[in-house]
Amino acid sequence: MPDPMRIRAVMMGDVVDVKILMSHVMETGQRKNADGDLVPAHYITEVTATCKGKTVMKAGWGPSVSKNPYFSFRFKGGAKGDKLSITWKDTAGGTRTDEVTIN
Amino acid sequence: MKKTRRDFLGLTGRLGLAAATLASGLFSRIAFAVDTRPAFEATSLKEALAAIGVTEHQDSTEIILKAPDIAENGAVVPVEVTSKLPGTRSITLLVEKNPHQLSAEFEIPEGTEAFIATRLKVAETSNVLAVVKTDAGVFHAAKVVKVTLGGCGG
Repeated sequence: MPDPMRIRAVMMGDVVDVKILMSHVMETGQRKNADGDLVPAHYITEVTATCKGKTVMKAGWGPSVSKNPYFSFRFKGGAKGDKLSITWKDTAGGTRTDEVTIN
Repeated sequence: MKKTRRDFLGLTGRLGLAAATLASGLFSRIAFAVDTRPAFEATSLKEALAAIGVTEHQDSTEIILKAPDIAENGAVVPVEVTSKLPGTRSITLLVEKNPHQLSAEFEIPEGTEAFIATRLKVAETSNVLAVVKTDAGVFHAAKVVKVTLGGCGG
């Protein structure tokens, strides 16, 4: 199981401000290791955020998103105490879901 | 090594072109990000845009693209986009000089602000583009990011 995400979801007026730090190598498949062999690509391809059953953000990523990705977005319709769930999927079939409470 | 790399690039290029042709035929003009995985394999800006269903786009000052003028480390370049255009449906980030131009696509559902912030790898000094799909067409904003250290290692 990959390392957990660090998620912060804070009310800013009527908007929920979300900041996420994921733990992932985001290997591009273009880099060579010390022996000169290509390191196979391994990166997050999909990120979804749901709050109260509604998808509030859906992202498709390529390998050029930085290692240990940072991602921030804002949405309306959330309130203090609501749960926000973030899921990512990667090229190796890995996935991880984390949940936070909006405050 | 050089030969294999060229072969590889040539192959992905052809595949990308095939995929782009396929995608433009199969999907409507405003296709959604996550359904267009082949677009991430495109090796030219034109190809990448075609693969996400963009044929025409206009420059817009209503898109605020924040990125550093000079990035000391190309592996971690903070990019922030805010769109003030009404009916923003998606935000796409592209880096012109990267091996694959398409970096990330973000769908903006109803109720979500047209704002995203993330960090990208930028291989060399390049134009960074934010392409915004709206109900009224496709718009873009661009900014040159000067990279003093390569981003490939990240």
